[in-house]
Amino acid sequence: MTAFALTGPASLRRAIAIAKPSALPGFGITFGFALAYLSLIVLIPLSLLVWRASGLGLGGLLGIATQPRVRAALETSFYLSFAAAALNAVFGLVIAWVLTRYTFPGRALIDAMVDLPFALPTAVAGIALAALYAPNGWVGFWLDAWFGLKVAFTPLGIFVALTFIGLPFVVRTVQPVIAELDREIEEASATLGASRFQTIARVILPTLVPAILTGFALAFARAVGEYGSVIFIAGNMPFVSEIAPLLIIVQLEEFNYAGATAIATIMLALSFATLFAINLTQAWSRRRLGHG
Amino acid sequence: MAEARHAFQGHGWRPVAAERPAIRRVLTVVAVGFVALFILLPLAAVFAEALRKGVPAFLEAFTDEATLAAVQLTLLVAAIAVPANLVFGLAAAWAIAKFEFPGKSLLITLIDLPFSVSPVVSGLVFVLLFGSHGLFGEWLQANDVKIIFAVPGIVLATIFVTFPFIARELIPLMQEQGTSEEEAALTLGASGLRTFLTVTLPNVKWALLYGVLLCNARAMGEFGAVAVVSGHIRGLTNTMPLHVEILYNEYNFVGAFAVASLLAGLALVTLLAKSLLEWRYGDELAGAHRH
Repeated sequence: MTAFALTGPASLRRAIAIAKPSALPGFGITFGFALAYLSLIVLIPLSLLVWRASGLGLGGLLGIATQPRVRAALETSFYLSFAAAALNAVFGLVIAWVLTRYTFPGRALIDAMVDLPFALPTAVAGIALAALYAPNGWVGFWLDAWFGLKVAFTPLGIFVALTFIGLPFVVRTVQPVIAELDREIEEASATLGASRFQTIARVILPTLVPAILTGFALAFARAVGEYGSVIFIAGNMPFVSEIAPLLIIVQLEEFNYAGATAIATIMLALSFATLFAINLTQAWSRRRLGHG
Repeated sequence: MAEARHAFQGHGWRPVAAERPAIRRVLTVVAVGFVALFILLPLAAVFAEALRKGVPAFLEAFTDEATLAAVQLTLLVAAIAVPANLVFGLAAAWAIAKFEFPGKSLLITLIDLPFSVSPVVSGLVFVLLFGSHGLFGEWLQANDVKIIFAVPGIVLATIFVTFPFIARELIPLMQEQGTSEEEAALTLGASGLRTFLTVTLPNVKWALLYGVLLCNARAMGEFGAVAVVSGHIRGLTNTMPLHVEILYNEYNFVGAFAVASLLAGLALVTLLAKSLLEWRYGDELAGAHRH
């Protein structure tokens, strides 16, 4: 193995110095290419954003973040994403449970369609939701007639779009964990005299909590940055139904690069904090339950 | 086991570890209802709105030159972005899965990074680099190179947002498969390239196809990132999703939904192919994932 390293070209020998010796060739070129491509497409552009933001200083960043319109947009994005992710956590759990445990006609179809928000272009989802929930749409008409509820072109419309976009994150995170639940534990719980409700509340749900939290966080992170499916249904009124990603575009159109950079950096920080929270949750559940 | 359970249920016997039939029915209705309301209904609306004024009006939308240009540009962008990320995915997976080196888990995290960045921010970073007020803006203008508000910017933004798709399918699978088969091939005298083409590639072909499908669907459907860098120039820098937006904002709803129905069809084909791959070759895709 080392003989291979020594007879290889100089670049290969240097690469082997990074990697442990192996009989397989091609580490130098594949690692080098992957790293160069990653740097050019992802790392350098993203660090430029962070560098630009650091040029503003913390004071400048906070100054932009606390401008009334920016603050309103950040709050709209944050609260509505939180609410949509919470709704998805509840219904995503029910959907994951039904899809894993029950059989009914059309189960495979429903299971496959849960992934639609991943596959459907966001602009298509956006105009479809806007058409559905518009005052004369299939759903919007009845919501208005029965409850006097206006959804399209209000913050409620943003909530609907963010629910659409976040659902698969919860279902697909919780589903495999339900599939791996050990039914003998449920049977033991029932044999020991627990009612089905007690078994679910005390035995099953605690096992699912880390997966539900992870799904919630993924749905939340996606919703905060979501643009395409929201802007058609939102109405985009400053201070009312304007989301943070849209405000970035508004700032860019006014050539206000500092403003756009500041909002983008805050959103980036938020999504990294969410990712970090997910990792903590998973580490916590591994410690507590002895598995991921 | 599952069959036995259902057989028992037929005789009014309920295993201890299951809900009452009434509760099962309620939960099933809630789950199906939620999926129907939030997912199936919007999908149906796309096709219903596209056909609202009949088939001829629907078909007429595709005779528009700007629409055809948008279809062409979308195909072109995907034809560049998908192969680029395919080559990257294979190279990254080979280096990560077949070798041991420090910083590997950091590298995997960095590859997944674009998934946690808002599409709009993904577009913004390229404006900061190549826009008229960007880092290379003056130089690009002096040399008459257009990246932002032109096709190269659209391609770059698309590559960025679809970056992890193929790599993240390949890395866990190739890690699982280890290196013994490749070592055997090398010992028997195959060259490195031949080992890769005849041993490694066949082992990961379904996962590769799976990644390409998802990557392609996102590349053709990306909206936010592309909207930032495109400039929406009709016939030149409009991809299909951007064209949907323009038609919609011009109140040409049949046209907008006609183009949208084409994209929805692509999404359905992608989901179908994905489900088939999971059903038929589930074992040969990376074990842990389901989406």
